[in-house]
Amino acid sequence: MLPEINWIVQIVWMIFLVVFMFYGQRIQMWLMVKEVEGSLARLKFMRDEGRKAAISNITDLGKPEGDPTAGVDRFLEYVTLAPQNMDPSGVVWKLEHLLDVRDIRFKDEVKIMAPQADEIQMRNLENTLEAALALNVIYKVIRHFYVLGKKTWSFYIIMQLQMVLPLIMREAEAFASALKAFTYGQPIGDGAGALVAAKLMFGHETKNISQDIVVSKVDIEGRKAYVLKAEGPGGNVGKPGEAIKQIIEENGGKIATIIAIDAALKLEGEKPGEVAGGVGVAIGGPGVEQFKVEETVLKYKIPVNAVVIKEDIGDAVSPMRKEIFDAADPAIERVKRVIMERTKEGDSVIIAGIGNTVGIGQ
Amino acid sequence: MSESTSLIRRISSLFLVIILVTLVMAIVSLYQAFRVEDLNTRINFAMIGATTLAFSAYLLFQSRRKMRRFTIKIQRVVTTILCQKCGFKTIRDFQRGDYIFKETEECPKCNEKMLIASIYREAKEKES
Repeated sequence: MLPEINWIVQIVWMIFLVVFMFYGQRIQMWLMVKEVEGSLARLKFMRDEGRKAAISNITDLGKPEGDPTAGVDRFLEYVTLAPQNMDPSGVVWKLEHLLDVRDIRFKDEVKIMAPQADEIQMRNLENTLEAALALNVIYKVIRHFYVLGKKTWSFYIIMQLQMVLPLIMREAEAFASALKAFTYGQPIGDGAGALVAAKLMFGHETKNISQDIVVSKVDIEGRKAYVLKAEGPGGNVGKPGEAIKQIIEENGGKIATIIAIDAALKLEGEKPGEVAGGVGVAIGGPGVEQFKVEETVLKYKIPVNAVVIKEDIGDAVSPMRKEIFDAADPAIERVKRVIMERTKEGDSVIIAGIGNTVGIGQ
Repeated sequence: MSESTSLIRRISSLFLVIILVTLVMAIVSLYQAFRVEDLNTRINFAMIGATTLAFSAYLLFQSRRKMRRFTIKIQRVVTTILCQKCGFKTIRDFQRGDYIFKETEECPKCNEKMLIASIYREAKEKES
């Protein structure tokens, strides 16, 4: 090899160093942009799959006269504006009203798009559309920050996006799994509380109480237990707070204790399906139902107990995994132990199984 | 939902040029490291070669990641059907319309109506 090659390599290397000194951050940003681009493409794929799943299910189950694509696209762009909270007094009731209006609107939209679907299919279709809507929102928000970061060539926008993306991708993957669960009406991890209630009320007479909630009177260790859950097997969460409030009022506040069972997000390192107990109102969601129960128990000074079944966000909306299903029996044992320790024979107690009851009858 | 796939963009030409330039630099530097006799120069070339080789490998890895095909994993969900009377149990794949506590076909042993006792998916080990 010619001795000049040494000089050439040295010069190229020096250029390389100078370029990296001045453009190192840009190159790093370029790599981050490429990484975000990859995730964005995956989010787009999931969003499109969600849209396709919604359209094909509506066509299969609802037998609409025309093409439901336009209706689905309109649904995916649906927005719900949070109520103004400059004066926070009464904001819970404003939020409840908005959620009710949203719920009715969603049901009406599904009814129009899928006129032949029965009640259970209608609820599952509604849930499928909501999962597709969530994927659409995630995709659009990430795309917004990606385009903004590229437009302004802001290192910090892209860096924040790249740092938070793994968590967002997990959530999006969970919604993508939920699509199939809702499409076929499979129980999901979030229904762990509803499953516990269903097991307790199985074989007993049920009656409807408040919106989409069923209740059974069950004798547990000599106590009169009002066991309630959302009405299954369609995808449904109902209004458990309203139902608990109604039962308390009907009994004139003479309830010895309330036990709410719900799925709770586990911390990394904890096993899925672990059962934990505690105090408080274990009702997830926007907080309206939890607020109603807290208001009522405060009025009558009723103790509230919680039994939670641990799972991660992916498990919560994807088909129920075996560990979570198996956790229902230990959760029942925990409920019985609370009843034995905290109440006496002849007392009335409320046991509320919280969560989406898709794929779970009663 | 179908398990459809899609192919995203290929490696950009600029990306490819950068990878090639750094790779050539790495090879030349490593070659020089073996040829020269002076120890200091040899170490310098070896370091230059190793660094540029690592950099080009990193760039190549980044571009390969973007060429992967997308899929949404279909998880196997099973339904357990149980006879409440004799305890006869069957396990089969989930079918549309199944739900927990649904009455299904008659028990082949005692002709009682059987009940769907559980529906769950088997999670893989690494999922926990």
